[in-house]
Amino acid sequence: MNSGDTAWVLISAGLVLLMTPGLAFFYGGMVRRKNVLSVLMQCFIIMCVLTIQWVLVGYSLSFAPSEGFWGGLRWLGLRGVGFEPYADYAGTIPHQAFMVFQGMFAVITPALIIGAFAERMKFSAFLVFTLLWATFVYDPLCNWVWGMGGWLRNMGALDFAGGTVVHINAGIAALVTAIVLGKRTNLDKNVPTPHNMPFVVLGTALLWFGWFGFNAGSALAANGLAVNAFVVTHTAAAAAGLSWALIEWMRNGKPTIFGVCSGAVAGLVAITPAAGFVSVIPAIIIGLLVSVFCFIAVTVIKPLFGYDDSLDAFGVHCVGGIWGALATGLFASKLVNPAGADGAFFGNPKQFLVQLLTVGVTIVYTGVVTLVIYKAVDLFIGVRVDEKSEVMGLDLTQHRERAYTVLE
Amino acid sequence: MKLVIAIIQPYKLEEVKEELYKADVNLITVSEVLGHGRQKGVTEVYRGAKENGNLLRKVRLEIAVNDDYLEPTIKAIIKGAKTEETGDGKIFVLDLKECVRIRTEERGNTAIG
Repeated sequence: MNSGDTAWVLISAGLVLLMTPGLAFFYGGMVRRKNVLSVLMQCFIIMCVLTIQWVLVGYSLSFAPSEGFWGGLRWLGLRGVGFEPYADYAGTIPHQAFMVFQGMFAVITPALIIGAFAERMKFSAFLVFTLLWATFVYDPLCNWVWGMGGWLRNMGALDFAGGTVVHINAGIAALVTAIVLGKRTNLDKNVPTPHNMPFVVLGTALLWFGWFGFNAGSALAANGLAVNAFVVTHTAAAAAGLSWALIEWMRNGKPTIFGVCSGAVAGLVAITPAAGFVSVIPAIIIGLLVSVFCFIAVTVIKPLFGYDDSLDAFGVHCVGGIWGALATGLFASKLVNPAGADGAFFGNPKQFLVQLLTVGVTIVYTGVVTLVIYKAVDLFIGVRVDEKSEVMGLDLTQHRERAYTVLE
Repeated sequence: MKLVIAIIQPYKLEEVKEELYKADVNLITVSEVLGHGRQKGVTEVYRGAKENGNLLRKVRLEIAVNDDYLEPTIKAIIKGAKTEETGDGKIFVLDLKECVRIRTEERGNTAIG
């Protein structure tokens, strides 16, 4: 056991946890004033509920050696998960350190979907949906890509910190959600504007900071690979933020802070699967291009198809994640990570195909199961609030709380 | 010329605006206020969480109209805002002595609409 590695992984777990409140403010600032608490509440309740789900069953389902579909319940309630390292995953840190680090990923992934159904989902339905989604979509997919004996892992899929497991996964669920729930009422007459842009910026800052734990922590050791992940994560975010600002400057006349923040987040998403496999120049390319793809997804494709992905969870996380996963298949190099593989640009085009397959499997599995869960929840509880509640705002109607006072 | 001041439920603003546009009333000022009626804010925790002093969030509209637009404006506001529950709001009508369009310095009835 290595104390430096353990310290780094524990800190990283804390950093990743911080990303969920960061996301809460990132999304919270984007919604209308009357709904900000509902977004914060959804994020925080996930932190509570999914933490418990994770330690009771989630970790076992996700990371116990695969029984085919998932890991099964051999580690129910963390039975058998102690403080000696579990070498198959991380040989130099206590097993529970790995568990709690991964738990933070399980918490933030469903929180990403909030961006798709913001401002119109019933709280009770949201709770049930999230619990079912975590258990039947996140946990199996996690097992396939990262679990010992997971079939995508065995096929050689490269996903360093969660491009597929987290971002494409949540992104597709977001798209399905947005379509199933339908558009917010009066969208064309009452174009929603972010009610608190400083929150969005603050949220972005917390996300960027926390992402160092997300990516560099996924090296599971305080070593050169972690440093590589740190450096390329930071660089990709920077390139993508700049790229989005430039695109806006050229297309809309002025660069906006919202654009830089969106770009930075897109860059962080895209570098996530690649962070432990690519070097800094590819990171810049990945960052510069992700903003192009996500910008198109958000400003061209979304209006064209008309789905109301309120806060662009699909446009940024799914599109960014897909680009990142495929870019990993292009730019991965064993010079960076000997335990990884070479990508297409380094003489191994097969890797690109493996990545493509992984992306495809994720899209299909997540899309279908998310839809099934939605239909089931809708049947028994009803997922969308009634129109009057939506107009009044979720803070008042779902939580009987108001975020801001007027006089004092 | 009249000045119409209406206090309405905040969530009714969009509907009231729609009705006003339909009545060809397009000039409007909107502000956020606090207030309560005879119930002193007690019955309305669902539609508007209470502020200090039992005051609830309301929206105030101010619309300057020519005399022949007064009734249509009042009817439009009622149509958009009425729910038959307490807290629907009130409309006040004041005599308006003068109205000036700053850009062109027009006065009177032409400045109003």
